Amino acid sequence: MEILIQQLINGIALGSIYALIALGYTMVYGIIQLINFAHGDIYMVGAFVAFFLISIFHLPFFAALIIAMLACSLLGVIIERVAYKPLRNQNRLTALITAIGVSFFLEYTMMYFVKPDPRAFPASFKLHNITIGNVVISSKDILILIISFTLMLILTYIVNRTKTGKSMRAVSFDKDAAQLMGIDVNKTISATFAIGSSLAAAAGVLVGMYYGQIDPLMGIMPGLKAFIAAVIGGIGIIPGAAFGGLILGVTEALVSGAGYSMLRDAVAFVVLILILIIKPTGILGKNIREKV
Amino acid sequence: MLKLDNINVYYGSIHALKGISIEVNQGEIVTLIGANGAGKTSILKSISGLIAPKSGEITFEGKTITGVPAQSIVKMGICHVPEGRRIFANMSVFENLELGAFLVNDKAVVKQRLEHVFQRFPRLAERKNQNAGTLSGGEQQMLAMGRALMGQPKILLLDEPSMGLAPILVQEIFEIIKEINEAGTTILVVEQNAHQALSIAQKAYVLETGKIVLSGTAEEVASSEDVKKAYLGG
Repeated sequence: MEILIQQLINGIALGSIYALIALGYTMVYGIIQLINFAHGDIYMVGAFVAFFLISIFHLPFFAALIIAMLACSLLGVIIERVAYKPLRNQNRLTALITAIGVSFFLEYTMMYFVKPDPRAFPASFKLHNITIGNVVISSKDILILIISFTLMLILTYIVNRTKTGKSMRAVSFDKDAAQLMGIDVNKTISATFAIGSSLAAAAGVLVGMYYGQIDPLMGIMPGLKAFIAAVIGGIGIIPGAAFGGLILGVTEALVSGAGYSMLRDAVAFVVLILILIIKPTGILGKNIREKV
Repeated sequence: MLKLDNINVYYGSIHALKGISIEVNQGEIVTLIGANGAGKTSILKSISGLIAPKSGEITFEGKTITGVPAQSIVKMGICHVPEGRRIFANMSVFENLELGAFLVNDKAVVKQRLEHVFQRFPRLAERKNQNAGTLSGGEQQMLAMGRALMGQPKILLLDEPSMGLAPILVQEIFEIIKEINEAGTTILVVEQNAHQALSIAQKAYVLETGKIVLSGTAEEVASSEDVKKAYLGG
């Protein structure tokens, strides 16, 4: 029983990391129907930005987190402008291949500058473990939960209540109609990339803090997993990404807890396949009926 | 007020609009009639900036608007109700209307316009919290028009407002168009339902495969033998 609860806590912490990355995937997909495979690498860049800020400039953790998020939102906007915008009216496959190219570009440029070896992410605050019975909750878990849930709440507020959020929803539903309302589609797409990338950066910093180790290829697997999470929840649907991330994280933690940690990734993909067989649009996906 | 001068539009190698010239004066209802694929929608899209004409000039209140991005054209007072309504089916009626006033930052103004739209379309007020996708076809048309009115346009471009509606609703929609016009908004309406369109318009253009084949006052066009045969059923 204790093991189960312990693994659930780990799973929720891991899942909220996946959720943060998955949100960016799903938002970008929702607005330009692009699976942005470079998204996982933005997460990696975020971790490195925070790493340098903390270890060289000795900034406190939260300052590093916020600066990393800002830096990555800028990076996301630049990537969209340079790499994806010129292809917006091309075949979707062209943009997808470009995204893979951007992904490699980020990974190997980073490797050139910081070397491929893993680096130890500086522990920037003291750890406290809370023990309840045999269940240990570390302050890292709690921090991940607080930060990721706060960010998700902020995102929900932005999407539902602000003008930027409303224009994002309008553009993702119908670009032409949105333009006829006076919405600037380019600006809206930039805003989407900025927000999505900042969430990925936050996830990267949190993972660096959690596992204490970062490297230039760290974005590949979490990027893929987050993509799965987004698809599980229903790609393009924001609550779906958060939901999918948590499901995936908890599943993986339970599989590991049962002693099959080698099978963790396989199980993640099996879950994806099962959900796609049962409900191809994802758990929260729906087929919108249009009246003509 | 609005003038199209020798507009040419191509889709790839297809010459969709061939030298279209149209004029709409302040306060008028002007209609463009023609069959499917004649180019009616392309004309409206060129005006609202959704497609860029290859040549020709569009002027609005004396200013050239060809090549101006769509969002800036909305700002000048041209609101376009697109074909098939294109409401945001994933949002509530209220949110749809709010988006219609996207460029207005003053909340009091938005509220005032909202009341105005609800007055004109009481049914939208009843359903303001309902998901727009659940509205009936007629209600969706009203929402699309209400949404455009939220932008307080000087000229309203309507693309087939009667499409897919029951005859009684078509009647109602055209009544409303007339009322909107009487309240001071100039209207350019594209229709396949020539009979209805000609009954409310002052001026009419007949479009065939990208060219204007006939124009004049609504009465002149309605009494033309060709139009009678082709669009008015005898």
